[in-house]
Parts: sequence; structure tokens; C-alpha cells
Amino acid sequence: MSTTVDMPRFVRAKQEEALPPPNLTRGPIAWARENLFSGPFNTVLTLVVLYLLYVSIPPLVRFLFVDAVWSGTDRAACRADMGGNEAGACWAFIREKLGYFTYGSYPISQRWRVDIFFALLGLGVGWLLWLRAPRRDLGAIYFFWLFPIFSYILLTGGNANFSSRFWIGFLIFGALLIALFAFVAAILKTSLRPALIIGGGIVAVVGITLGLMSIDFGLSPVPTALWGGILVTLLVATVGIVCSLPFGILLALGRRSKLPIVRMASVVFIEFVRGVPLITVLIMANTMLPLFLPGDITVDRLLRPLIGTALFSSAYMAEVVRGGLQAMPKGQYEGAMSLGLNYPQMMVLIILPQALRIVIPGIVNTFIGLFKDTSLVSIVGIFDVVKTIEASRIDPNWAAPNIGLTGYAFAALFYFIFCFGMSRYSLGVERRLAAGQKR
Amino acid sequence: MQTVVSQTSPPKKSFLYDPKVRGVFYQVLLVAVVGYLFYVAATNAIENLQRAKIASGFGFLENTAGFDISQSLIPFSAAGSTYGDAFLVGLLNTLIVSAIGIFFTTILGFLIGIARLSTNWMVAKVAMVYVEALRNVPLLVQLLFWYIAVLGPLPQPRNSLEMGAGFFLNSRGFFMPRPVYAADAWAIPAVLAIGLVGAFVYRRWAKTQQEKTGRQSPVGLVTLGLVVGLPVVTWIVLTLAGANPIGFDLPKKGTFNLTGGMQILPEFVALLLGLTTYTAAFIAEVVRAGILAVSKGQTEAASSLGLKSGQTLRLVVIPQAMRVIIPPLTSQYLNLTKNSSLAVAIGYPDLVQVFMGTVLNQTGQAIEVVVITMGVYLTISLVTSAVMNIYNRRVAIVER
Repeated sequence: MSTTVDMPRFVRAKQEEALPPPNLTRGPIAWARENLFSGPFNTVLTLVVLYLLYVSIPPLVRFLFVDAVWSGTDRAACRADMGGNEAGACWAFIREKLGYFTYGSYPISQRWRVDIFFALLGLGVGWLLWLRAPRRDLGAIYFFWLFPIFSYILLTGGNANFSSRFWIGFLIFGALLIALFAFVAAILKTSLRPALIIGGGIVAVVGITLGLMSIDFGLSPVPTALWGGILVTLLVATVGIVCSLPFGILLALGRRSKLPIVRMASVVFIEFVRGVPLITVLIMANTMLPLFLPGDITVDRLLRPLIGTALFSSAYMAEVVRGGLQAMPKGQYEGAMSLGLNYPQMMVLIILPQALRIVIPGIVNTFIGLFKDTSLVSIVGIFDVVKTIEASRIDPNWAAPNIGLTGYAFAALFYFIFCFGMSRYSLGVERRLAAGQKR
Repeated sequence: MQTVVSQTSPPKKSFLYDPKVRGVFYQVLLVAVVGYLFYVAATNAIENLQRAKIASGFGFLENTAGFDISQSLIPFSAAGSTYGDAFLVGLLNTLIVSAIGIFFTTILGFLIGIARLSTNWMVAKVAMVYVEALRNVPLLVQLLFWYIAVLGPLPQPRNSLEMGAGFFLNSRGFFMPRPVYAADAWAIPAVLAIGLVGAFVYRRWAKTQQEKTGRQSPVGLVTLGLVVGLPVVTWIVLTLAGANPIGFDLPKKGTFNLTGGMQILPEFVALLLGLTTYTAAFIAEVVRAGILAVSKGQTEAASSLGLKSGQTLRLVVIPQAMRVIIPPLTSQYLNLTKNSSLAVAIGYPDLVQVFMGTVLNQTGQAIEVVVITMGVYLTISLVTSAVMNIYNRRVAIVER
């Protein structure tokens, strides 16, 4: 049996009137209908949020901009009882103290040195972060070697006085090191040249560094106790970032190593540091570092939290890098081994470049966390941005009810600009890397 | 011409190329370096401590503290309590602020995480602004903001802000009614326990019943009735019988201060507010990622089976999302607990403030104090991650 369909019956005989175009599928009204008022529940939600915005936004704008005091030299401008206006933020306070927030107590006549430091830092960061910048390998050398030396000389004044005994010791040590490299090369029956180049290179780099540090450029010395504000915040963050990446990679490799003692040591370090709050690490560095050193050696007060943050962020960085190492397919390791590469070559040439690329977002996230955490050094008495604001807030010359709010609004803005910028940059990199993976 | 390489005897190589020898060498080197560092540090520390005439050992925990703590759950007084008691007070304060913080931040974080996925554009954007704003500002700045800029300018006790029902807010903190238990108040927790056990038994019975017959029992309603209804009924019955098991001591305004009631320190309020709102931003992202990780096919498959949208959410989506959410959620809980150490910046007497601050300064026994404090946090962290690993192994998807 077969069913036949009488086709012509389904064909219209005469032209049907065209429907009018749907008038509400495009344009702002349709959009609002779709996204804001698509049902009774959504409409109520929208209205509630609108009410919340109405309650919170106008007073905020009024406080920050409309009623704000923009100029003035002391509290009179920001106190109602002294003829001022205390309804809004006291930006005059920020303007007056901006130098202190930026440089701390750095001598005013010497602040150009800090400005140059900021410029050099900006140059290095820009060189490394701008992905199409020319010669980024030189940029890395600049950022990880020359820039720290320049900054040291600029900020402290350089002129570290090494005794002649120290230099003689350094020369003997350098000669011994080169001899050791040559000896190892001779035992391994490899050519002598690379050994001499590596040994000589290490001695030369250390020698040039120490030499530059000891030259007297005629800059007056500025003790670290005078540094403060944004200078210290950026310094702690930079040192943390510069140290945490290499140490973190080493720790991650140690944790993935087949050697049991190396692996144990890395695991214990990472888990120990990650298991305690940063503030306890900072307090430990502050109170215990001097205990563990010989009595005649003193550690600079700024250096102690620097060591603490570097240790802390290395442990976090190690876990991020470990994630990248674990994400590498085994074939990459096997491919490298089949080429006859040894362990360092395999890691440096094949595995790490790919692994680090995978975890760039994680690395930037760790940097953001580190940047925010630098604010904790204020608890152990280092004058970073938060501490300078704390100190200015209680300045009797600026005693007004809205000073605290204004100061913290400024701090929040400062941190927000940096952290938000970093997170956007990491999103951009992620998108750019993903473009290469798309099929 | 061909050269034939004999395979029988491998070329002799120096033992320096042997990976095993190298491995042993590196490890011996590591042990030697670490051991040397520890040795130097220990000898220096002993020498320095002797020079500063600081006794070592944990005997100081028995000494009288001689300072007062503004908030403590256990009796503490400057005259009679020891440094060991101070440690306990700090530890309890840390635990209580962490526990309450975890409770509130979970609720707030889940709300905001779900809001970010809302189809309502405005709700999603407001949630996004919240997350971005709070994630990118250091917790310390937020704590100082709450403590100094928001709670600082509150009025004096005389002009307290009244919030009705015995709740007051002023510069000395947050005041609320304090429950007063009468002699027969024990009946309520006892009934609550009975209700809990009953609910548990009923759930087991309902599950086996469903497996046998396919019939579902009203588990939710019965549980609610047993756990909440039973104690409430008991309370009402006791009150009607004239026993009045739980009364409330309301704070009353005096000339200079509020008397009675329960006072919550402004430091505690600020710390709780800061920790809760800050961690909620991170939990929101965890929740969002977890829900997005459940593939759309799962929802579609569930509706093709005829499940209602509520059932789809409860039985299909949420169990799978939880698998992704729980591990990072736990680390956020840990972060909150560790971040509560920032209390030291605003003066809430937590473990770090009491023990690593006051006790360390008074006794000078840096090593012991630091070891104890870090040991506490380390224990909390390690126990949590051990429990998490067990959980993870149980719920992880097992592939081939």
C-alpha cells in the first residue's frame, strides 16, 4: 500500500499579503525588552537594581566630585566649622601630600633621581610587555641586570665602599671558579672554550656589577629609611616579581624532579610557605632574620620584607609553573629526549617556553596578588603607599572628618589602576595566544 | 664499503655521565648546603639569644601575661592569666571570625556568582563591577576603609543609631539583645537533636522506599518540620506553660554608654565586613566558572528526559558544578582564614595580634612564638587540603 500526496493542494493559489516587519527585534527598546524586562521576575530584578543604583551612585558622585574640595593648603578648606566644606572629598589634601605619597621622605632636592627610576622602570616594563617591541632579548637583559644596578646606584647613591681586601678576595675567587670550570671540562674531555666563556662570563658579570656599584658618581647617599610611598610599593612589587619568577621555576622543577630529596625539599618549602599568612612571613623576616645572622651583620630594614615577599611569592609562582609543566604532553618530553638533549637543554629549549606560555594568565594573576600584598609591608613599619596615607591622615594640620575617606579612596584608586591594568593585559595576551590555537 | 659497529660491548663512558651518579651528587649537594645554612642560623641564633639574655624554650607560656584583651570567649584577666591563655584567646578569636566570615561570604559569593550569569543585563553588569572593584583593591586598604572611614565617624553612644528591636550602632560597636537562658532551656537543644536524628532516619527510609517502589516522599517538608518546627513548637509550649526558656536582655541607653545586651566590637565588625565582601568577589568567580563548566548538553539531555527546570538544576547541573566549585572554594575559605591575620592592622585581638604582636614584644621569644603561630595556620591548611584531597578523589570523574 502506498499513500500518495496530492502535492498541488499545498501550493497556494493566490498571493498572500506580506506580514509587517517585526518592529521590536532591533534597536534599544527591543534590547531593553530582551535583556531587562523579559519577564515579571526580571522586571522586578531590574527595578531593584535601578533603585540600588539610585541610592548609591548619586551620593558617591556628589561626594567624589560635586561637593569635593579641590584646592586649599590646610584643613580650613575641608572643615565646615572653619569656613570650608566638609560634605565632599578633600582632594586638596591629596594634592598637598602627593609628593609625600610618591616619594616618602626622600629629600626634595634629590627627587629627580626617583623620577628617573620611575622612567627606567616604565621603559623596562614597556619593553617586556609590548609584544612587538624590537629586541626583547636585550630588554630582558636590561630589566633583569642593568636596571637593578642603575636603580641601586640612583636610589641609594651608589658608592658602596668595598675594601681592597674584598677585591683581592674576589679576584682569587674568580680565578678559582674559572680554574674549576676548566678542570671539569678537562675531566669530561670536552672543549675548553665554552667552559672558559661561562666561567669568565660569570666572573665578569659579578665583577662589573660590583664595580659599577662602587663607583662614586657624586650622588649624595639616601638611606632607605627615607624612602616611601609609591616608590617603595613599586620597589617591593618589582623585586618580588623579578625574584619570584626564577625561584618559582626552580621550585616547580624541583617538585617535578625524580630525585627524592630535591622533591621533598621543594614540597616542604612550597607547602610550608603557602600554608601560612603573608603577614606572619613578614613578621618572621622582620624579627628573626637579624637573629639568624652573625651579630656584626645588620640587614637593612627595607631589605627584610623584600626577602619575605620574594620567598612568599616564589612558592605561589612555583604552583602556577607546576600547572604548566603538568599540562605539557608527555610526547614533548619524549621528543626532546629522543633528540639527545640533556635535562637543562630539554627544559630550557623545549618544555619551559611552552609551559610558561600556557600559564601566562596564572603568572599575571600571581603578580596582581603580589602587588596587592605589598600593602602588608606597612604593618611591619615600611612606609609604602598605605603607610604614608596612614601617617598623613593623622597630621594635625589636616585634621578633618573626611580626610580618612579621601585618603583611602586615593589608595584604592592607585591599586585599582595597576591591578585592573594587569588583569586586562593578561586577558589580551590570553586572547592573542588563543588565536594561534584556533582551527 | 661498510663499517660494522659491534653491538656486543657498549662504548665505555665516564661514570660522570651516569644520571644516577649525578642525581646522588646533586642531592648530597642540596643536603649539604641546606644543612650548613641551618647550622649557621642555629649557632648564630643561640649566640644572639645568649647575648640578649633571652631564655629559650616554651616555659614562658606559664608566665603571667599582665595585659588585657578587649574581646575573649574564655575568661581572661591581666592579673591571673598566662601567655598560654592569651594564645588560646587569640586562636579562638581567629577561629570565630573565620567561621562567621565563611558563613556570610558563601551566601554573598554564591548570590553574586549567580547574578553574573543572570540573563538580566543590568544585574550581570552590576555583579561584574562589584567583582572587579573588590578584587583589584588590597584587602588591607578595604579593612582600613571600613574601620577608619566608615565605622570611625559613627556617633557617640549617647546618639546611637537605633535600628529597632534592641539593635544599636555607635562608635563603640554594634549592640544587640543577648539571649538569657532559663533553667529548662536545655529542652530546646534536646528536641532539636531528636528532630535531626528523626530527619536523618526519615531520609534514609525515603531513599530506600524510592529505590524499591519509585515513589518519592516529601523529604524537604518533613525535614523542615522535624528540624525547625519541633523546637519552635517546644518553645511555644514551654512559654505558654509559663516557663519562658529563653529571654532577651536588651541593651539600654545610659548617660555615657549602653548597658546590657551583647556588644560586638567595631574591630570585629570591620574585619568581618572586609573579609566577607572581599572573599565573596573571589567566590563569585569560582561559582561562575563552576556553573559554566557544566556543558549545555547536560541541561539539554535532562530536559529531553522530561525533568522540570528545577529538577534539572538540583539533580543534574548543581552536582556536576559542585565538583568543579568545591576545591577552589575550599582554598578561598583557607584564604579567608589566613587573611583574618590582617586583624593586626585594625587591632582586633586575633592570634597574630595577640600572640605575634603583644606576647612576642613582651617576652622577646621570637623563635618560639613564630613557630607556634605558623604551626597553627599550617595545621589548619594541611588538614583542610588533606580532607579536600580525599573528597576530590571520591568525586573526580574516573576515566578509563
